[in-house]
Amino acid sequence: MALADTRFLPRERFQTLLDALIERGFRCVGPQVRDGAVVYDTVTRSSELPVGKHDMQGPGTYRLEDAGHERMFAWANGAQAIKPHLFPAREPLWSAERGGAGSIEFTPHSAAPEAVAFIGVRACDLAAMQIQDHVFLHGPYPDPGYAARSEALFFVAVNCSHPAATCFCAATGDGPAATHGYDLVLSELDNGFVLSAGTEAGNAVMAQLELDATTPAQTQAVVAQGEASISAQTRSLPSRDLRDALFNNLEHPRWDAVAERCLACGNCTMVCPTCFCHAETEEPTLDGHATTHLREWDSCFTTGHSYIHGLQVRADIRTRYRQWLTHKLGSWHDQFGRSGCVGCGRCISWCPVGIDITEEVAAITGD
Amino acid sequence: MQHPYTPYAAEVVDRIQESRSVFTLRLRFCDPQVQARYRFAPGQFNMVYLYGVGEVAISIVSDPEDEQLLDHTIRAVGRVTRGLAELKPGDRLGIRGPFGRGWPLTAAEGSDVLLVTGGLGCAPLVSVINYIMRRRRRYGRLTVMQGVKHSDDLIFRGRLERWRNVPNTQLILAADQAAPLWPWHVGYVTELLGDIQIAPKHTHAMMCGPEGMMRVVIRELEQRALPDDAMFLSMERNMQCAVGHCGHCQYGGRFVCKDGPVFPYSEVKELFGVKGL
Ligand code: SF4
Ligand code: SF4
Ligand code: FES
Repeated sequence: MALADTRFLPRERFQTLLDALIERGFRCVGPQVRDGAVVYDTVTRSSELPVGKHDMQGPGTYRLEDAGHERMFAWANGAQAIKPHLFPAREPLWSAERGGAGSIEFTPHSAAPEAVAFIGVRACDLAAMQIQDHVFLHGPYPDPGYAARSEALFFVAVNCSHPAATCFCAATGDGPAATHGYDLVLSELDNGFVLSAGTEAGNAVMAQLELDATTPAQTQAVVAQGEASISAQTRSLPSRDLRDALFNNLEHPRWDAVAERCLACGNCTMVCPTCFCHAETEEPTLDGHATTHLREWDSCFTTGHSYIHGLQVRADIRTRYRQWLTHKLGSWHDQFGRSGCVGCGRCISWCPVGIDITEEVAAITGD
Repeated sequence: MQHPYTPYAAEVVDRIQESRSVFTLRLRFCDPQVQARYRFAPGQFNMVYLYGVGEVAISIVSDPEDEQLLDHTIRAVGRVTRGLAELKPGDRLGIRGPFGRGWPLTAAEGSDVLLVTGGLGCAPLVSVINYIMRRRRRYGRLTVMQGVKHSDDLIFRGRLERWRNVPNTQLILAADQAAPLWPWHVGYVTELLGDIQIAPKHTHAMMCGPEGMMRVVIRELEQRALPDDAMFLSMERNMQCAVGHCGHCQYGGRFVCKDGPVFPYSEVKELFGVKGL
């Protein structure tokens, strides 16, 4: 079976895919509805997936609804997907213990690789993961914890069929179809899934399911759905490289206007799948004989982020919002060779005051 | 390979009070193998860890060829540094490093060197003075310009006085406010830039201190025709990981921790001077 081979998985047999992965030793992590939102967590039954759900998203808005169909992936991303697994919100790095005569013993924490299969991840999140791989792995100091967690992963991607109003991955070039980074990719149709493999491991799982080849009508439907998902996206960015456009406008009055609305709550950075800032903290035991050194997600919107010698480099919200945007869409190119935005739209939906990155960029780089 | 986030234990061998709030810790790794392996270049820094409190980035002021000891000159301003100030000989702490890019001391061999420091940011350049003094013949004219807020903040006074008498070496000091009998300039050190000799084709300028001061120095040196890539500055930003992961030290498209802390001005020119980056 060649890698480009496509097969059809009827919806009622979706469980066999989960079973095949579980049998191979993977813990499946997939989408499910919790507290009115799609979240990723351990899943063993296909009935746990968000069957028949659809999402309504807009600036500062996220709502799930019953869609009146049986599809499992007819929604766009919720607040989180892969990032919290590879780069946990809070993680011990090492501990130190006091020994005799005042000695200190340091012990690095080691993360054991766990075989995890991600079900239903989207193109934007695979692209975001590649960006984070770049931050944590591709330098002179690879992060051993991140490396261990990324070792034994399996990705079942889903091509987005129902982008939200906030999505603009077509403009960043990261979606709505997954083109790489997956082991298996699904396109969901009304009665099942068109499958293809991206790796030998994916191919082996697909072969084990003993599926029929896709019909020309099914292939046609997948193509049409893909095109519709692109044309359904109304938001976009003026260009994929806004570095100069932003850095030439560092004193634009729009920064003041957005600072009037922004609460500096940091929600945008918490939900962004590429934001990697973290702070290091220390947690000593009560008796003082041991202490744990941790890292926690941090945000360029916090007051402490730019603290140095009793001063803040970015003391006001204007400079913090500017830091966020000029880094994400501008200086990111210098550091990582691409923009830091994959067009997932999360920062738009989860901003409590509905600040829209695409609107701000358009205003700042406009004329 | 070393776990990038975990320090090695080190012992305080000596502690020297330099001024009211500035002190030097002389350190040695507890593990002799770690000590033997350790190499650094002037201008690089270590993450110094105080047990149970946290880490702070501190530049290394000792000589890179001193294989026994590692000096850090520290100002007590924050939680970690105030705690470090309490340490005594025999106490232990953690060291992780060295990190970053240091001063261009090899490239500067054979040329004049101009050092300008201001505020309390002199520690990163002390390593340069030490380095050049020990290899004095490899360098041309050395001009050291140091500004302090108050004359009482001047550290290494004894050493400075000694350096004054070395041939082909000029020392210029200034204090914004001075105690009686201060023999030097009262005012900003940058006011004296006009008085010094500069051979624009044969000079490496290295500076550290407040960005506002460095801007004034750069403007003056530009007027004196010193090229952008002959001016070097040590940048300071919040640093937590030191390895380009935590994002705190971002400066435009650079991480100060791994791309700096020393930058040729040509690399940061585009943004240098914009407030809040
Ligand atoms: S900046 Fe916003 S739209 Fe872009 S990747 Fe981050 S959360 Fe998604
Ligand atoms: S842009 Fe919105 S989400 Fe981001 S910090 Fe400001 S108020 Fe919070
Ligand atoms: S100190 Fe963490 S990125 Fe530079």
